[in-house]
Amino acid sequence: MSDHEYTPSSKVGKWFNDRLPLLTLANHLTDYPTPKNLNYWWTFGGILTFCLITQIVTGLTLAMHYIAHADMAFESVEHIMRDVNYGWLIRYIHANGASMFFLAVYIHIFRSLFYGSYKSPREIIWIIGIIIYLLMMAAAFMGYVLPWGQMSFWGATVITNLFSAIPLVGEGIVTWLWGGYSVDNPTLTRFFTLHYLIPFLILGLVVLHIWALHVPGNNNPVGIDIKKPSKDTVPFHPYIVIKDGFALLMFMIVFAFFVFYSPNILGHADNYIEANPMVTPAHIVPEWYLLPFYAILRSVPDKLLGVVAMLSAILILAVLPWLDTSKIRSAVFRPLYKQFYWILVADVLILGYMGAMPAEGLYLLIARVATAYYFLHFLVILPVLGFKEKTLPIPLSITEPVLGGSPNLATAKHKEDIVK
Amino acid sequence: MKNLIKLLSVLAFISLAVTTSSNSAETTKLLKTDWSFKGLFGKFDRGALQRGYQVYTEVCASCHSMKYVSYRNLGEKGGPEFSEAEVKAIAASFELTDGPNADGEMFTRPAKPSDKFVMPYENVKAAQAANGGAYPPDMSVLVKARGGGVDYIYSLLQGYEDAPSGITLDEGVYYNKYMYGNKIKMAAPLSDDLIEYGDGTNATVEQMSKDVTTFLMWAAEPHLESRHQMGFKAIIYLIILTVLVYFSMKKIWSRVESEV
Amino acid sequence: MSDKKPKRREFLFTASYAVGAVGVGAVTWPLIDQMNPDASVKALASTEVDVSSVKPGNTITVLWRGKPVFIRRRTQEEISEARSVKMEDLIHPEKDEDRAKNPEWLVMLGVCTHLGCVPLNDKGDYDGWFCPCHGSHYDTSGRIRKGPAPLNMEVPKYEFVNANTIKIG
Repeated sequence: MSDHEYTPSSKVGKWFNDRLPLLTLANHLTDYPTPKNLNYWWTFGGILTFCLITQIVTGLTLAMHYIAHADMAFESVEHIMRDVNYGWLIRYIHANGASMFFLAVYIHIFRSLFYGSYKSPREIIWIIGIIIYLLMMAAAFMGYVLPWGQMSFWGATVITNLFSAIPLVGEGIVTWLWGGYSVDNPTLTRFFTLHYLIPFLILGLVVLHIWALHVPGNNNPVGIDIKKPSKDTVPFHPYIVIKDGFALLMFMIVFAFFVFYSPNILGHADNYIEANPMVTPAHIVPEWYLLPFYAILRSVPDKLLGVVAMLSAILILAVLPWLDTSKIRSAVFRPLYKQFYWILVADVLILGYMGAMPAEGLYLLIARVATAYYFLHFLVILPVLGFKEKTLPIPLSITEPVLGGSPNLATAKHKEDIVK
Repeated sequence: MKNLIKLLSVLAFISLAVTTSSNSAETTKLLKTDWSFKGLFGKFDRGALQRGYQVYTEVCASCHSMKYVSYRNLGEKGGPEFSEAEVKAIAASFELTDGPNADGEMFTRPAKPSDKFVMPYENVKAAQAANGGAYPPDMSVLVKARGGGVDYIYSLLQGYEDAPSGITLDEGVYYNKYMYGNKIKMAAPLSDDLIEYGDGTNATVEQMSKDVTTFLMWAAEPHLESRHQMGFKAIIYLIILTVLVYFSMKKIWSRVESEV
Repeated sequence: MSDKKPKRREFLFTASYAVGAVGVGAVTWPLIDQMNPDASVKALASTEVDVSSVKPGNTITVLWRGKPVFIRRRTQEEISEARSVKMEDLIHPEKDEDRAKNPEWLVMLGVCTHLGCVPLNDKGDYDGWFCPCHGSHYDTSGRIRKGPAPLNMEVPKYEFVNANTIKIG
């Protein structure tokens, strides 16, 4: 995107900006032309930035009191909850913040799926996003290990054992990950180190994600390119800032309800029992945001293939821009895709539910069907749909839907005539 | 606005789905009672906390430790709120091992308010040895460590029954209809008039169960009251700011919409 | 109508900013306060020390709130030396009678008031303490006499529980 030349008005500003163009950057960010028809689903980028910063700030303060040692971790968490000034508040924000982060990221991802934001020319933004998502899962998993409760310990045991599925070197890798012959103190300290590191990697990737976004600019609900910036876009500040702010505040109300009134509802009771390597809890379940993948893992009756299926379920997203062959971005103009989209949403919710249930009987059967459908959607339905689907005519410019609500054929045609 | 409603309903749906799925797997229906600490303004019943402490020390504490709670907590705001003198007297009634002193020897002394609750056993192994191999779990965060929370503990304490025919119990194992698997190694700890309440309350099993469960809830969540109070203020604040920002947003966007 | 509009707009924005700023401030406080001493640290108020084995002219050092406390059983010469000093010779004038209620026992934080090092016993030009870090000299009452330290070594709150036991704090 070509930035118009910007010169600071003050002399000092100009002096500074000539040496480090921070003011040019700030100017670019505030003036960044944003499609004016973005709906509230587009506010989750800002919400996610808030989540990341909240997690980093609360995490830093918790790290000032937490002790990463197998004998003291659980106790130090209780110390934070009881004695540290506002420790309970900071920990509950951090713990629930992880869930809120994933809630927001799922909405963000599904928004992209609906409006085709991953398609050309935004593939790199999308792939960076998938890497961020993977890192988020790693950070969340390791963070959950830190309180050293029963779920921490057994979750760590089960997830690290996934690597033992790798032929030949699997066992060696697991021992290396543990730093011993079981999950123990060396595992805890390295998980703490990585849990501390990953958010900063995410932060760096977020910068790249936004940078890559600012090259082509935002996608929008009708999925067509900006024709006339002066008509179709508004400057990021104040229009989008205030809208994002409003959505963020509503998000914070939901967040606050969890923190203040149900702080433990998203966690598992067993994690308030100190880790015990001799006893495994009756039901081992990951946190809710990992459940769909957990269901996929369990629905494959082979150890290695289960792991492969689970990883593929995530990695398949990275090649999505090439699996989806349709030239039309927004599902608004793709009547068939729209239906398959909602089926996929339902499929993922079903997988999530099955992940929480015991892997037996009917549950297992449903999980298998849902797993098969998940891959079917990406590997078969999407590529075929691009060729077969009869899409609706798309409007000429995005000013249309802002005016008339839903785009319709007649006005689009009419406009085309006028332009001609 | 339509989108807004959609967004809110999706948020509500997801949080509901998440909450219900994480709360599943309840088999026997638990006993319910009116907990004073539930709800937006929930507070502990001071009397119940003080009585609950009495049940804990006179009944539970002989086997169950509470190692993350200190005597000073008993006098803190939002807890049983014993007076400073009472807390000192309570602490002084326990002896603990301290040291080493200048001669390198361990010695016993009365506990101080700053000390953690004295544990009934030296360590987990000693506790297991004294209880037929079953470790009486530490009670500091017990209500948060059990699926049904307070309702589960409250029910369990009242759930002792004769085993139904067909179920044989080993020596030292009891039948409890709320226990996971129904077999519990703790004998029914409460019976009517087992203790004499200082405030003259009638010490029925139900009353003692409720009091001690309230006390355990406080022990697990000592900041519950300030959490509820702060939460209410935070949410009211957020709603006010949301409304202000909403109208600011309308104002700002009206420039664009009117111009088009 | 059009005249009133800008006013309402301005009020709305100002109110939003003001309310938002209050919130940011309210959120910042817990993040700052979490670094203050926590409830368990504050609860550790006092230490009791058995001083029956300390001979005249000897000092013992005990730890209180993470800092060394010097407990010195002073000899008669030390006491008279400390009590004969003229107030105008002192950098930080304090009477020895106020610092050591029981003249035989001097109880003070063994922390140099310059930059927090622990001074050495029986050293320096005034028969008291000498701080090796930056050369502050203290007399037999722990008062600063020479060097960069601005104040006398601090006397904490303490009391004799009985003839042999001192309770600090």
